[in-house]
Amino acid sequence: MRKYSQITFILAVFFALVWWRDRHPEAANPIVGLPANSAVSNQPVPTSSSPTSIVTSPPAVTTPTGRYKNGRYTGISADAFYGNVQVEVVITGGKITDVIFLDHPSDNGTSDRINSQAMPLLKEEAIQAQSANVDGVTGASATSGAFIQSLGSALSQAI
Amino acid sequence: MVRRRFETMGMTGIIQVAEQSVRQSDVAAIFRLWQTIDQRFSPFKKTSELSQLNRGELKPEQLSEALKTVLALCEQTQTETDGFFNITRPDGQIDPSGLVKGWAIWQGAKLLQTKGYRNFTVEIAGDIQVSGVAQPGRTWRYGIRNPFNPSEIIKTLALTNAGVATSGNYVQGAHIYDPVSGQNLENVASLTVIGPNVYEADRMATAAFAMGEGGLAFIEKLPGFEAYAVLASGRARLTSGFDRLVLQTSTA
Repeated sequence: MRKYSQITFILAVFFALVWWRDRHPEAANPIVGLPANSAVSNQPVPTSSSPTSIVTSPPAVTTPTGRYKNGRYTGISADAFYGNVQVEVVITGGKITDVIFLDHPSDNGTSDRINSQAMPLLKEEAIQAQSANVDGVTGASATSGAFIQSLGSALSQAI
Repeated sequence: MVRRRFETMGMTGIIQVAEQSVRQSDVAAIFRLWQTIDQRFSPFKKTSELSQLNRGELKPEQLSEALKTVLALCEQTQTETDGFFNITRPDGQIDPSGLVKGWAIWQGAKLLQTKGYRNFTVEIAGDIQVSGVAQPGRTWRYGIRNPFNPSEIIKTLALTNAGVATSGNYVQGAHIYDPVSGQNLENVASLTVIGPNVYEADRMATAAFAMGEGGLAFIEKLPGFEAYAVLASGRARLTSGFDRLVLQTSTA
């Protein structure tokens, strides 16, 4: 019985989530950083912009081809848990090769690479399947693979 | 090498001991410990001490030492995570599951330690305490599951004397939520945290997951912790020292 009630609960959460997203289409745009096909634009964003939230604004330029132009691009400053976050992305060979966090860019316009003392440097990569020669697996324990895949695809369409 | 599976707390527990002689009774003792913890802390069992507390049937002085300990740990964790770890649910009931699981695994691992074992893993539902090595010269290898495809792993970790925990959006319902907005932050699909032990990894994973995308920055600032976040977009973001935990293969 417990299993059925869990699945029912999860489905209820899922439909509530779908309903909520329908009511709040602006939330489809993620808050910070570099989601795969929205925040990395082909056009450099001015670095001198004062911190503004991008929570409710759509991406300025999208790249439906998924292939980016080489160069360094600065993202908009966005509100995050530890204050505002602004990133610079480095594109080499059409791919994201580095993500640099800018330290309070409005202070003096410099773009220092930050260590863990200030904003951390967080890299981004595509997920990739590995061979399964392991002693065990960490992960949220799967309840329904189809449910997970369905929700995953729905969310990726929403971005 | 002994490998045992148990069903406990509605989840699967796995214990592996990589030593020449292993007493089955030592392994079984962990399972009994977990059943005791489940009887006391289950939010699903009407007879559990937690359920009695939630129904207002217990006065503070009537609480067991174990429940008092866990509630104190929850309070401490809430402070350390700026309120993002919060056991009070929207309906006003308390549910310390986000801490009890890691705590229970850690208690089980300590039981093995006190009996002299050095090379073992103790796991409940994908949260793991890793001790020593799998074989002489070979560390334990743990995969990170793809949250979009449970049959696939997307990273292989080489671990010794560490704890691993993963928080995700899609499993166990919405037991993790943002206490500030009350919403689930679906932009992060799963967050795996590696820390000094599974208790630390589990509670920090729970809190960091509730922070959404800010969670990874939170883990980055914690000494001795690393994390791997899979975003809803299908990309991953990692802390600066995470790569040191990834299994290095000769072909890499």
